[in-house]
Amino acid sequence: MKPRNLSMLLAAGIVLTAAGCGSDNGAAKPADTKPGSAAADAPVTITVGCQPPKSNPFERKAWDEDVAAFQKLHPNITIESKDAFPCINPDTFQAKLAGGTMEDVFYVYFTDIQKIVAAGQAADISPYVGSVTKLGDLRPDVMSVFKNGDKTYGLPRTNYSTGLVYNRKLFTQAGLDPDSPPKTWAEVQEAAKKIAGLGPGYVGFGEYSAGNTGGWHFTASLYGRGGEMVGPDGKTAAFNSPEGKAVLENLKKMRWTDNSMGAKQLLQWEDLMRMMGGGKLGMMIGAPDVVQSVNNDFKGKFDDYGVTALPEAKASLSGGDGYMFNPKATPEQIKAGLLWLEYHELTPDQGQFNYERNKGQGRPVGLPTPDLYGDSAPGRQIVETRKKFATVPVEHFAPYAEASTTIQNKIEPPKAQELYAILDVAMSAVLTRQDADIDQLLADAEAKANKVLAKSS
Amino acid sequence: MTTMTVKGSRRRTPGAFRRGVRRNLTAYGFLCGALICFAFFSWYPMVREILLSFQQTNFVDEPTWVGLENFGTVIDDAAFADAWINTAAFTGLALVFGYCVPFAAAIILNELRHAKAYLRFVVYLPVMLPPAVGVLLFKWFYDPGPGLFNQILDLVNIPALSWLDSTDTALLSLVAVSTWMNLGTGTLIYLAALQSIPGELYEAAELDGAGLFKRVWHVTIPQTKLILMVMLLLQIVATMQVFIEPYLLTGGGPENATLTVAYLMYQYAFNFGDFGAGGALGLMLMLVLMVFSAFYLRISRDNQN
Repeated sequence: MKPRNLSMLLAAGIVLTAAGCGSDNGAAKPADTKPGSAAADAPVTITVGCQPPKSNPFERKAWDEDVAAFQKLHPNITIESKDAFPCINPDTFQAKLAGGTMEDVFYVYFTDIQKIVAAGQAADISPYVGSVTKLGDLRPDVMSVFKNGDKTYGLPRTNYSTGLVYNRKLFTQAGLDPDSPPKTWAEVQEAAKKIAGLGPGYVGFGEYSAGNTGGWHFTASLYGRGGEMVGPDGKTAAFNSPEGKAVLENLKKMRWTDNSMGAKQLLQWEDLMRMMGGGKLGMMIGAPDVVQSVNNDFKGKFDDYGVTALPEAKASLSGGDGYMFNPKATPEQIKAGLLWLEYHELTPDQGQFNYERNKGQGRPVGLPTPDLYGDSAPGRQIVETRKKFATVPVEHFAPYAEASTTIQNKIEPPKAQELYAILDVAMSAVLTRQDADIDQLLADAEAKANKVLAKSS
Repeated sequence: MTTMTVKGSRRRTPGAFRRGVRRNLTAYGFLCGALICFAFFSWYPMVREILLSFQQTNFVDEPTWVGLENFGTVIDDAAFADAWINTAAFTGLALVFGYCVPFAAAIILNELRHAKAYLRFVVYLPVMLPPAVGVLLFKWFYDPGPGLFNQILDLVNIPALSWLDSTDTALLSLVAVSTWMNLGTGTLIYLAALQSIPGELYEAAELDGAGLFKRVWHVTIPQTKLILMVMLLLQIVATMQVFIEPYLLTGGGPENATLTVAYLMYQYAFNFGDFGAGGALGLMLMLVLMVFSAFYLRISRDNQN
């Protein structure tokens, strides 16, 4: 065979293979057909994501115990746990969907939910979610994250509002009172100056500005000041406002006038965690989960940190995680998945809320998150048990917990990642260039954001 | 001519065909292995990528054909121009440094009389490091506070630089990382080419009174012209796909100063979940690279002829 013919044959083969692979829809009957037709006790197997990894033996043991207990309670349901760390990785999420290896009940961050819903990559569980007995007690603002119109696409596991994380040890060293953390941005500036004055390498206030994290924290600060990311119709940007300008001006002052933010910028998530764990960073925007990460993975100690409300907070960007369902999951699998989520993630004193077991295993108990139920009966029960078995100094998180009850939580804007990428430019500009023109930066970002939002509508 | 006619008219019997197959069985085996690998890991992804650039897909439902819409989305993006300008600048700078430095290193190594093997190992060492490790090492070197580079500048009383944190130096800093990581491979290839130059040519040049630079200009460069050209094209193709340096060091910042085409492609696909736009940008990059690849193939073919 001539080389040319051979290559044509090969090309045809490849195209046919591609077409063959692309047409595979899986054998399972998707959930968007009709709710439940099989017998209620028919055997069903579900794969569930975010089993704790082997490197986290206590949490994994607790998970496995819960799976065994659940299966005993529901003998027709088999749970196949899938471990991964981190539980979701944007680099593999799409590949898992394309390759058909996405779990039936898969883990998500709040920040990705609307993107997944818009792309049609999660099942509508509205016909089944009514079976969750405590559904009505869940905080409406938390549940709204999983909703699009009147349809529901998932259930929460954890949630938090954004506050201010600070290093109590550094506060003491700098002559500040760790029991009276800053309540205004002016106080943050003063505290940051004192901490940076402790010596070379000390950073008073740390902030992100790369990898879309800059835009994310811009949003948190903007919400805190009462600003909006997008207009009411979601089709135009609204961050080029006095509040948006105040966010950047505050950072510019701390970076260049006060010199309290350190020279190293373009920081991403892990950078601030490492700096906080290293004990030379005074403050950052964050929630109690930051302290947990710093304690577990970045050599920090719970005792050294505190969390308070975001200064002058009028609202707070909410974050957290939860579970959604594979659009190819059958109605039986969705029902089984909902039973598992209710058992493991949503029932006081059970699963993730089994604080007695957590304490027995030496795991930290007492952080004021998650707060899935607010002031409803299950919420009060969870808070009470958490207090009873607390192992961390709960008073260090008291200002945050108190503020959380009154500050309105706000969800992320539409096209969040695209807007965050655009605002990274403004954030990195004010933190790396002393002559950055804030008005121009916001105007440029607004024009770019308007294009993105117009296209999405 | 007679021989050709005889060969052309000779008919192969089935036995001869079988013997031919048996004789070349091992070769076919190797060929199959290579073909399968290329088909699955190179050609199939390429075909899928091309298809993706004309589709919208969520990897759940059947993809829909959208014509050139994805290309419009990408071209309409304000970051599009930034990404191409940065990529072109990176490629240009990487050629200036990444091309000349290994060639100069190879000439120096070739001239050395002692510690040749040791120095070759030292030069090649960065290639043996996993790229992520090498890049993260530079993250510490570039730290504007306790970083190695600013400590060195401090020793000689030169003001500290912002390195990655300044729009003026960020891209150049990434070029330095790339040059360091790829120095070893280029140097070894140039060294092999240099060592194939007959010694008599240098002796003749020396007898004619040529100094070091004249020897390099009149003997070394003409004798290694082919390999220099091939390396130039390969370098262009490789550096235009720069990704890991901005991904790990700058996240595309500051102010998009290090946003490259490959990084923007990643953002579309994995951060924004728009594989169609990512595919469209990938196809544009592929077309540009194909031009350079065509030159490369032509040079290789001319050399074989």
